[in-house]
Amino acid sequence: MRCAVIVFPGSNCDSDLYKAVNSFEGVDAEYVWYTTKNLDAFDLILLPGGFAYGDYLRAGALAARTPVLKALIRAAERGVRVIGICNGFQVLTECGLLPGALQRNSGLHFICANPRLEVVDNNTFFTSRYHQGEVIRLPIAHGEGHYTCDQLTLQHLQSEKRIVFRYSGENPNGSLDNIAGITNQEGNVLGMMPHPERAMASWMGTDDGRRLFESVLNLYQEPPDAA
Amino acid sequence: MPPEPSPDQIAEQSTYLQLGLSDSEYSKVVDLLGRRPNMTETGIYGVMWSEHCSYKTSRTELSRFPTTGPCVMQGPGEGAGVVDLGDGWAAVFKVESHNHPSAIEPYQGAATGVGGILRDIFSMGARPVAFLNSLRFGPLKASAGNEVTSAKRNRYLFGRVVSGIADYGNCIGVPTVAGEVGFDRCYSGNPLVNAMCVGIVRHQDLQHGTAAGIGNPVIYVGAPTGRDGIHGATFASVELNEKSESRRPAVQVGDPFLGKLLLETCLEMYRCGAVVSVQDMGAAGLTCSSTEMALKGRVGMELDLDRVPQRAQEMTPYEIMLSESQERMLLVAEAGREEEIFTICRKWGVPACTIGRVVGEPILILKHHQKTVAELPLDKLLESCPVYRREAVKSAEITERQKKPAVSWQSPEDFASLLREMLVLPELASKRWVYRQYDSMVRTCTAVGPGSDAAVVRIEGTPKSLAMSIDGNARYVHLDPLRGGRIAVAEAARNVVCAGARPLALTNGMNFGNPEKPEIFWQFRETVRGMCEACESLGLPVTGGNVSFYNETGGEPVYPTPVIGVIGLVEQHEHVTTQDFKEAGDVILLLGETREEFGGSAYQQYRGGRISGMPPELDLDTERRLQTALLAAIRKGLVKSSHDLSLGGLALALLTSSTDELGIHMDLQTEMKPESAFFSETQSRAIIGVSPDLLAPLEDLMHQNQVLFTRVGVVMPGRFDLALNGRILIEEDLLGLRDLWLNGLERIMNSMVVDNPSHLKAA
Repeated sequence: MRCAVIVFPGSNCDSDLYKAVNSFEGVDAEYVWYTTKNLDAFDLILLPGGFAYGDYLRAGALAARTPVLKALIRAAERGVRVIGICNGFQVLTECGLLPGALQRNSGLHFICANPRLEVVDNNTFFTSRYHQGEVIRLPIAHGEGHYTCDQLTLQHLQSEKRIVFRYSGENPNGSLDNIAGITNQEGNVLGMMPHPERAMASWMGTDDGRRLFESVLNLYQEPPDAA
Repeated sequence: MPPEPSPDQIAEQSTYLQLGLSDSEYSKVVDLLGRRPNMTETGIYGVMWSEHCSYKTSRTELSRFPTTGPCVMQGPGEGAGVVDLGDGWAAVFKVESHNHPSAIEPYQGAATGVGGILRDIFSMGARPVAFLNSLRFGPLKASAGNEVTSAKRNRYLFGRVVSGIADYGNCIGVPTVAGEVGFDRCYSGNPLVNAMCVGIVRHQDLQHGTAAGIGNPVIYVGAPTGRDGIHGATFASVELNEKSESRRPAVQVGDPFLGKLLLETCLEMYRCGAVVSVQDMGAAGLTCSSTEMALKGRVGMELDLDRVPQRAQEMTPYEIMLSESQERMLLVAEAGREEEIFTICRKWGVPACTIGRVVGEPILILKHHQKTVAELPLDKLLESCPVYRREAVKSAEITERQKKPAVSWQSPEDFASLLREMLVLPELASKRWVYRQYDSMVRTCTAVGPGSDAAVVRIEGTPKSLAMSIDGNARYVHLDPLRGGRIAVAEAARNVVCAGARPLALTNGMNFGNPEKPEIFWQFRETVRGMCEACESLGLPVTGGNVSFYNETGGEPVYPTPVIGVIGLVEQHEHVTTQDFKEAGDVILLLGETREEFGGSAYQQYRGGRISGMPPELDLDTERRLQTALLAAIRKGLVKSSHDLSLGGLALALLTSSTDELGIHMDLQTEMKPESAFFSETQSRAIIGVSPDLLAPLEDLMHQNQVLFTRVGVVMPGRFDLALNGRILIEEDLLGLRDLWLNGLERIMNSMVVDNPSHLKAA
């Protein structure tokens, strides 16, 4: 399985994502620079966290207008699976693949924490290895993770079961309906603020992120030795 | 813009005084050159001979530090120190202060402090892997002697400094993994902002700042030069006063996105092999980087200032040379390979151009508009810098303070209330409000993040990790700099040992008042002496650091504040140890001996409202035995949790080891007064959690190393109960106490009330 990790000049979780997916047997991940115009070779495309263009203009706004995003949108329309994490989620809303927007955290501060999340729907490409309603822990680290959209969009997200993750218990950033991650209508594009690539082994504090990659890579492995 | 003064006018109108040269220093420059220097040349001498760049006052004292050891690959002198980690890996690390800029523009001052130390690390060829910081502010609450306006200002400074650090580090993608924050009236108006960065590098990829190769191009990489930060280094070398606000233009503005681009550009450039040497343009910008690189290589440089990228119009040579615009690097490349470098710079969108070349004669030649505007022999610029031996006198005030009794209050009755009051003090409360704003996990190598004695960062592809801590208790130093200096080093090293690491080396940030005052210089000298003793005894070399003098407002100095950054090596992942309790029923042991020592303690400050007496004693043999035995026990797998005792003594250590689930049932057999047992800050102590079945081997090991220990109690779910000799003195629900402690600082910062501390008790 070939997997692209898109790299913008200010991406900073690119190597974390790369390590995470490459830790699975049979996965061939590679870095793809933002000027690339063709993503035809890839089965999975990952938009990493970071500050693609230093959050100038708006987080994700400039990245959404780069050559690689045009290619990504075409790939997504063909049904290729796409995950945008943190800044990647912001890029996906900015380019219109996902509805809504991410605004500044309600507390106005950047937050780095390990919140609880509810797996709202395990009937997706990305969550099949979780139990329905399971509460997991995934790290967050963002200043603009407060998800918002209009009422009609929210109703659609709810009725079409496109809310994949919700904050469980404390809502760290003020997100509408406690939303932490959503998919597009077709279900092949996932955007989420939490970082599954930071939750790959118990020494990191949680390994709850592994199953997300196992789900989308459609494989299952015993987790490696915790050390 | 008025024309620049001529060399004669500079002499006659004493313009050199504004440029940072004293009368005698100016005369020395005239003698050295055999003529009167022009404006540009005078400015260059002014910054290169500033305290910040030349260490002219501190140099003789700093030379006492041990700087060599088996693991030291680079001691003081380059951008940062380098220590060997084995297997071809090295760690690069340094601390630097950004106090004065942060006092007048806290957000940018702190952000550029982070950016500056970052560039010091990657200028050595290393990939930065962790940030740490040590901060000091005035009190956040109004009280007698601390006006409401002052408390508000302190909150503003605190909040903005933290934001500045967070925004820069988070954007760069380097985790901020550890730090400390202290509060005291002496820092009102002159906060301290010390930033530390740690990087790792393969031995063969180390870079240096030694220019070489006559005819090689000198290449400027990074942000265009503006008028910001002109004479920042000189500004750092005077006291703050009411006119300091007008120095706002001397504060640089940071751009973390460009900093990130510059970092990636440089690391990629090094890999292409065309870079001969590289140095960050930090303090004194182009002046310092060009002259230092040339002097280290015993060569000269000719620079054409018209080619320096500029973002302001009609900049003079003086301004171009002295600007401290951020995110700039200077490098010497192999002649003929410039295009390889420019290709990489274009990929990352970072401006770069050739601005000069290396020449054989050790001389700095500056051209501007086809004219030579400066011609300075380099040896006469740097090596002739005056060295001052300042007078050092122990002030009568210090002697007086030391003689005052340490205890000036009645023994308390209600220890539970006392504990609740103390653990919401900004000094003692959890710093979660601060570190939640820092991304501590990016790069996914952080094994232990903020909130433990030391942070631990894995070295990828090896079984090893780096442990790191930054620490310094200025109250002890204020009472007695010799002891305080010793304690500062010992405690930072102890933190790293508690995490399961062998301490390797240290970097220091020395924050003091005006060294021209004999009592300040005495503090400095004695602190260095104490630190040296501890370094020698614990086998810790000093690989670099930073001195920040003139930390005074309105003539009032800050406490002498040495900040010690220690890095240590964890040999195996399973040695990594944190301070939190692990399992109900584990036995908690107190290692070390407890005496009634309140001088400079958090308890004394709280109960007495001031500090007096002598700080705790520190016996270096005892300390070394404790550290050796604790590390051995951790490596044998006998220790489940480990926590150094510091501020607030045993009571606070037990609380900060508790988790939401696991607390303590303590019953200590002691002849001491309860307040001493709970709050004394005797040194060379730690609490460890031990599985009951491993107690025997652990106790044997402590006996062998002559480390005293006491059974304190057992880990107990949901409770925080402390008894002495069977009598319960504190009996608290754990979650309630944890809530007060964890959220204490956040409640203060979110509250509009600055002058009524009682709301905190109600919380």
